[in-house]
Amino acid sequence: MDLIVIAIVVVVAIGLVAACILSYASKVFYVPVDERVSKLRAELPGANCGGCGFAGCDDYANALVEDPELSINKCPVGGAAVAAKLGEILGKSAEAGEKQLAVVMCNGTRDAVKPLLAYNDIKTCKAAKNLFGGMNACPFGCLGLGDCEAACDFDAIHICDGVAVVNKDACVACGACAKACPNSLIRISPAKNLVVVKCHNTEKGGVARKECSNACIGCMKCQKVCKFDAITVENNLAYIDPEKCKNCGMCAKECPTGAIHDERKKKAAPKKSPEEIEALKKAVAAKKAAAAAKKEDAPADSTDAKADDAKEKAADTTAKAADVKADDTKADSAKEKTPVKEIKVETTVEKAEEKAPETVKEVVDESADIGDENV
Amino acid sequence: MLANIGVIILSMVLVNNYPLAQFLGICPFLGVSKELDSAKGMGIAVTFVMVLATAATWPIMQLLNKFEIGYLQTIVFILVIAALVQLVEMFMKKSMPALYKSLGVFLPLITTNCAVLGVCISVIDDGYNYIEALVCAFGAGIGFLVAMIIFAGVRSKLVDQSRMPESFRGVPITLITAAILSLSFMGFQGMVS
Repeated sequence: MDLIVIAIVVVVAIGLVAACILSYASKVFYVPVDERVSKLRAELPGANCGGCGFAGCDDYANALVEDPELSINKCPVGGAAVAAKLGEILGKSAEAGEKQLAVVMCNGTRDAVKPLLAYNDIKTCKAAKNLFGGMNACPFGCLGLGDCEAACDFDAIHICDGVAVVNKDACVACGACAKACPNSLIRISPAKNLVVVKCHNTEKGGVARKECSNACIGCMKCQKVCKFDAITVENNLAYIDPEKCKNCGMCAKECPTGAIHDERKKKAAPKKSPEEIEALKKAVAAKKAAAAAKKEDAPADSTDAKADDAKEKAADTTAKAADVKADDTKADSAKEKTPVKEIKVETTVEKAEEKAPETVKEVVDESADIGDENV
Repeated sequence: MLANIGVIILSMVLVNNYPLAQFLGICPFLGVSKELDSAKGMGIAVTFVMVLATAATWPIMQLLNKFEIGYLQTIVFILVIAALVQLVEMFMKKSMPALYKSLGVFLPLITTNCAVLGVCISVIDDGYNYIEALVCAFGAGIGFLVAMIIFAGVRSKLVDQSRMPESFRGVPITLITAAILSLSFMGFQGMVS
């Protein structure tokens, strides 16, 4: 009996002594902790995934308090909701993260890129890539078998005419397609950048051009024309610095192959100065004149041969020619008719793409094109 | 005396190496040996706690023996080691924040490390005096550190498992590696009698 009592007493005594020492030590060695840390930690999801770049949720909470400059929307698990709560605790407004989008850096449509072989194997890009680098002459371009489409959970990327196209409204920039693409063609980049190089071909100009008519040939024209030093051509491929790019679209106009895309055209027409409007009027007038005298002058300018419709093409080139000769009498004579339509051009530019009556649409499309040429 | 201490250290590092010859502390040996840096941190932390725990438990064992309740050894030691690790953690957080940060999560892990409890009990069983007990604990810690570093080095060569049969990839090859390493340490058996 004594033995049991002694045993219990000894163990309890040791436990008590340890408890006393620890509770005393916790006061002596107390390290003041910012109460915001525990609050922040409570809001964080506790996944400890390291997605924020810190060792875990505790670490991120500590860093948030220590460094007031640190962004509060680094937590990929919690997303915007957690960022808002963190902002409440820290007295910061949850700055909305910059919207980003997936961008496909290829425009090698079926008619542009030269086929190398008829591919009839497993219908995935990865498999095709393993076979001589794909079925297209260009080994860098989109294989068009839809690995990205399969990877996308948001139905935001589709293969159109042999090239992946991103639906900007549905894309959440999760990066799943970028991981799926065996050619690393898809990049997640800020949505504000509307002028993009749609090519990934680093071969020399001549080779690239033979492989695909839409390829970047590294001609440096864009680099020279850019006023903001945003473009560098390296390895025969243009690169637009998203920080410096101001979306002016000069490079896209200068690009001889159409490798640089100006996507803002589709969203809003650029503002036009009086001279431009004047030039536009003349161009439209010239087009009318050209339509009247169709047979006469349709100089075949090969670099302009991008328009789908042959009729449009002819009109476009003639309009351009007429534009150069600013004092063309034909233009002047036709001028009287145009003002009414010109107002329409200004107001309906945005809608015109979708719904405008055909006659107006034609005029709008071409006048917008010409207006851009003259910037 | 000095020769005796040398023999104890040699014995603990090579012949009776804790993870490789006595199979104590296998969980951190397998769990924290993926990277050389963390393996080193864990090894140093274990060495530190082993010496401290032995320093604390050896006198307590004398107390238990006095009351003739030596059979309470295990439970009392666990209690003492847990409290000790907590105390060390608090102390380090206050006075050595840099070291505390670098040891990080390893320190609380050691609370339940069987190698620490093992060394506390074995120094009692071997009948060492206080100095010898501390030296033995230090040697055991160094042995653990050496084993961790060797194993982490070997494992860093196993990162690329592409040429391995699929059934061996991951944990199986780790266990096989540990077994071969252990086998090689068995070669020291009988060196110190």
